[in-house]
Amino acid sequence: MALKIVKGSIDRMFDKNLQDLVRGIRNHKEDEAKYISTCIDEIKQELKQDNIAVKANAVCKLTYLQMLGYDVSWAAFNIVEVMSSSKFTYKRIGYLAASQCFHESTDVIMLTTNQIRKDLSSPNQYDTGVALTGLSCFVTPDLARDLANDIMTLMSHTKPYIRKKAVLIMYKVFLKYPESLRPAFPRLKEKLEDPDPGVQSAAVNVICELARRNPKNYLSLAPLFFKLMTSSTNNWVLIKIIKLFGALTPLEPRLGKKLIEPLTNLIHSTSAMSLLYECVNTVIAGQYWFSVGSKELCVQKLRILIEDSDQNLKYLGLLAMSKILKTHPKSVQSHKDLILQCLDDKDESIRLRALDLLYGMVSKKNLMEIVKKLMLHVDKAEGTTYRDELLTKIIDICSQSNYQYITNFEWYISILVELTRLEGTRHGHLIASQMLDVAIRVKAIRVFAVAQMATLLDNAHLLTGNMQRNGICEVLYAAAWICGEFSEHLENPMQTLEAMLRPKVATLPGHIQAVYVQNAAKLFATILKSQEGNTDSTAAQDTSQLMIDRLPLFVQSANLEVQERASCILQLVKYIQKLQQKDVEVAEEVNALFAGELNPVAPKAQKKVPVPEGLDLDAWINEPPSESESEDEQPKAIFAKEEPKHSRPRHTEVDEKELARRREARKQEQANNPFYIKASPSSQKVYQDAPGVEHIPVVQIDLSVPLKVPGLPMSDQYVKLEEERRQKERAEKKKKEKKKRKEKRSGRGKKHDSGPESEEDITPAHQVDIVTEEMPESNCASVRFYLSRPLADSEKLPVRSHRAAEAAKSPAEDGETENATSLEPKKKSSKEKREKKKDKDRDRKVMVKCWIHHWDCAFFVFIFFCLHFLTGNDAYHLLCSCKSDFKGRLNGRWETMSDTVYDIQGNLQDGSQVVVSVIFENKCDSFLKSMEFNVLDSLNSKLQRPEGSGPHDGLTVPFQLPPGVSNEARFVFTVQSIVMPQKLKGTLTFIVKNEDSSTHEKLDFKLHFTCTSYLITTPCYSDAFAKLLESGDLKGSSVRLEGVNMPFHHLLARICFHHHFSIVERIDSCASMYSRSIQGHHVCLLVKTSGQTVSIDAKCDEPTLLGNVLDEIKQTFSQC
Amino acid sequence: MQFMLLFSRQGKLRLQKWYVPLSDKEKKKITRELVQTVLARKPKMCSFLEWRDLKIVYKRYASLYFCCAIEDQDNELITLEIIHRYVELLDKYFGSVCELDIIFNFEKAYFILDEFLLGGEAQETSKKNVLKAIEQADLLQEVRHLIKITVDKVF
Repeated sequence: MALKIVKGSIDRMFDKNLQDLVRGIRNHKEDEAKYISTCIDEIKQELKQDNIAVKANAVCKLTYLQMLGYDVSWAAFNIVEVMSSSKFTYKRIGYLAASQCFHESTDVIMLTTNQIRKDLSSPNQYDTGVALTGLSCFVTPDLARDLANDIMTLMSHTKPYIRKKAVLIMYKVFLKYPESLRPAFPRLKEKLEDPDPGVQSAAVNVICELARRNPKNYLSLAPLFFKLMTSSTNNWVLIKIIKLFGALTPLEPRLGKKLIEPLTNLIHSTSAMSLLYECVNTVIAGQYWFSVGSKELCVQKLRILIEDSDQNLKYLGLLAMSKILKTHPKSVQSHKDLILQCLDDKDESIRLRALDLLYGMVSKKNLMEIVKKLMLHVDKAEGTTYRDELLTKIIDICSQSNYQYITNFEWYISILVELTRLEGTRHGHLIASQMLDVAIRVKAIRVFAVAQMATLLDNAHLLTGNMQRNGICEVLYAAAWICGEFSEHLENPMQTLEAMLRPKVATLPGHIQAVYVQNAAKLFATILKSQEGNTDSTAAQDTSQLMIDRLPLFVQSANLEVQERASCILQLVKYIQKLQQKDVEVAEEVNALFAGELNPVAPKAQKKVPVPEGLDLDAWINEPPSESESEDEQPKAIFAKEEPKHSRPRHTEVDEKELARRREARKQEQANNPFYIKASPSSQKVYQDAPGVEHIPVVQIDLSVPLKVPGLPMSDQYVKLEEERRQKERAEKKKKEKKKRKEKRSGRGKKHDSGPESEEDITPAHQVDIVTEEMPESNCASVRFYLSRPLADSEKLPVRSHRAAEAAKSPAEDGETENATSLEPKKKSSKEKREKKKDKDRDRKVMVKCWIHHWDCAFFVFIFFCLHFLTGNDAYHLLCSCKSDFKGRLNGRWETMSDTVYDIQGNLQDGSQVVVSVIFENKCDSFLKSMEFNVLDSLNSKLQRPEGSGPHDGLTVPFQLPPGVSNEARFVFTVQSIVMPQKLKGTLTFIVKNEDSSTHEKLDFKLHFTCTSYLITTPCYSDAFAKLLESGDLKGSSVRLEGVNMPFHHLLARICFHHHFSIVERIDSCASMYSRSIQGHHVCLLVKTSGQTVSIDAKCDEPTLLGNVLDEIKQTFSQC
Repeated sequence: MQFMLLFSRQGKLRLQKWYVPLSDKEKKKITRELVQTVLARKPKMCSFLEWRDLKIVYKRYASLYFCCAIEDQDNELITLEIIHRYVELLDKYFGSVCELDIIFNFEKAYFILDEFLLGGEAQETSKKNVLKAIEQADLLQEVRHLIKITVDKVF
């Protein structure tokens, strides 16, 4: 009997293990919830037993149920019980359950601290391992604090298995309990050199993750990682290290140069795509652009990825390309073919990536071609999401930067019209706003646009098939407005008027109906005008009758706006009809209702108009009205707000003369405004008899394709047309050139390059009124405009009246800072400068630090100069330049620059190239963007510009600067002669962007190339040195330095350091020194000292160079 | 790595591992959303997608989807490699693994994952080492089976 009871309980003990549970759930598919609830009841019973094996089994089942989504938090305490079992079997299950079910708010976690500590120090490494694994999932700040020390001890455990886990879990501990980082860090660092590769890799992992959060702390580890990187063959580790360097380089640009070689090697050699991708990504994100061909290499490799048949690689390749596009659109543009191919990919995510890339790749030349391709895709696209994406991309691409790339607006209008064929798109309003924008701003296109819109209105029934969920009917809003506003261009206004008053219109959304009604009135006015001239007055009366017949439908509209407008207009027309019956001419008066030209105005224009003197906007003009009056006023205001878009100036009473006068004045103003590109009368004419005008398609009714709005031109034809136009233009140009050549037959006629046409050659067929955020008068448009233009009155930078004079003065000032001797007229300016210095802290906004060094030369060659940007001062100018002492002794304003000093290793490759590294530091509170660096080339030194840009074009700085950020860019100069020091003038232009405005600013600066900067420290043996002197090729010169108050070896070190000499031999107070220029000139010095006098005898094969170097040495010592 | 999910073609969750602390509710929501998104993708599509501010890397092996969420700067390709490694480990351990192995031995699948990844980072890149660790830990567990077998034999 007793045995039976025991047997029964044991049976139950094991009657349902995990496998049984799983099987049971699978067998109870219909009533799963019910089955599980009985299981949970059983589990609750099992958990009440004392037998740990039963409990563990129950917990194991619970873990499974937890995954299925059932709440098991009630069993948390039982999980802790199982965790603390001494048997590994149960412990393992307990920890697994805890790691799956516990989270920070589980209160029993605090009971586990001692148990975990015990397990961590268990002699069995698997007990420890299981505890560490579990802890990594549910570590809380309390646990981290209490166990940090135990885990740190485990980092030096004898078994690598434990060390590895301990190192990895330290990262979680650092996150939860940051105070542990400092004490644990030295040990973590040790682990980077652990004999076990697994531990080493874990340490790299942890430091990489830490460095991503706060890179600054880990800069000192760079050399160690560099060693690891060049020695490790484990791709997992390499990827982490490269990622780590990616985080470090922005802080330490020198790393970039060191890294580029191993990175390029890896890119070339690795077969692992993941590693290749990591390298390429790091190079893209990093600052290595100007070095070697790394950029090209990356683009090449990406091309290979994109060409790969593996979808994953293709996707990643495109993703990385889009990152390059941001900084170097040119290098991506050359792969246009490939990216267009990707548009045909069967994978939508790849197509979307390719679309993103297209945006940055269009030019005037290829826009039509690309859009044509996209239009094909629109037709083919299945899903509406992708099709809508295509639609927005087409519009984005075309409208970017004020329609910069559109050369033919007829084509664009046709594209927009074609897009209206899309059924069920959400972007009707987008198309509509584009139509409105183009029709308003491109005056020459209005005739064409109006014709197109009239056709659209005529075929409105095709668009509005099932209009309840059809966003496309929004385009009718634009169509109606355009037809009404520019009704004078309509070919058959009567037909359009009828189309606008069809009963079906009443099914359109209210806001569209309102526009219909309003514009029907405009049309009516135009028609009246044309009909009144005729002898037959019945036509005009018929038109009025039509209005009177149709408008009542709208008067009954439920929409208030429609109702109000319709009843207003209806009464007006009735009145007109009365007058017409009395044979009174009314057309002129009716037209006066809608007179006046509509001009685009920038959204912020009003802000820029200065408040006239004596006008106080806050003052009452009349006595403030009484309370009751203002209440009466309120309803009016509400109605006035209703339709701000279409409200016209209500000055219809202004007499004709006044209007004409105003119009004249405006025209005058526009003519004088360089930013207002108007459609000159001639441009309209040009359009009229433009080449190939007969190609404009005649109405063709195509009944077999019902979805196509009949009579609308296919945009493709414009592609052909455009080709023709360009060809013709080119031909004309050639003709002109020929003419010119003929004229210049006398001899020196320049050869014109009639090769492939460049971007600039393509002249747009229509022009857009450019309305940017700013008023035309303020700084906008392009940087080049700005440079050549005197400051306008509207600019708010103070003391601008002195600008011209100051700009002229600034070079002289520079000279003064360098020359120790001060001359009479300069005294004044130095006084001024003292004043400025007072204002310095307030004034300094941007500080640009810059130094020059040779392309990979063996020693650090530098010239520092520093730019201050002073607002509130008369000009922004260069404050000081310094050749030798970068610690700032020369000028008090130099502060601590030494942190930016760094050395470059390598060898001399090109005798004519000098690289200037500039650190741009944004010290103001605004965002700086669109920086352009430009230098006025001299005959001798030229800034290297990318191929295809003109000799005066600036270089775009490939980054933007948020406030307080600094970044380095490098610019390569070619130098012909190095015997003379040289200063180059330059300008940095940039946009300062605040929350509410953005302004163009510029900084003038000077680059000082000293002769010293052309010298490279080159060691020389005494016998070679003696031979050199004996050869007799060298010319001599000497200089004496008085009052030098320093030990001889200091003096020598100074010459070595600042002027790049090496000591050949030193005997007592006499030393011979040697250096070489980048073009191979030998410079030999014999330095002797007696007391405070130093004499330097020098020899060089280039006397001018020698003279300048000696002058520079002299200056170095005169400054100390 | 933020988390890893295994689910079947029918959308049934087979394994979940979270390396970031989230509430159960949030976890469920994410799981539901992701399972839907991934299952909706066509078979020929690439293995990556952007989701919230994370990148999702997934791969289908037979009827099972392995799905990982990584952060913006993480490497997609190495994550695919991690998934593949894990599948290889399961394969070695179970001997040509199938979905049922993972369903019935889900705790083993977790143990293997825990030996391979810790806190979302790869802790052991050598397959041999991972399997060795699992085998030895399993040996310790054998005792339990012995007990059960003896109990069965007695009755």
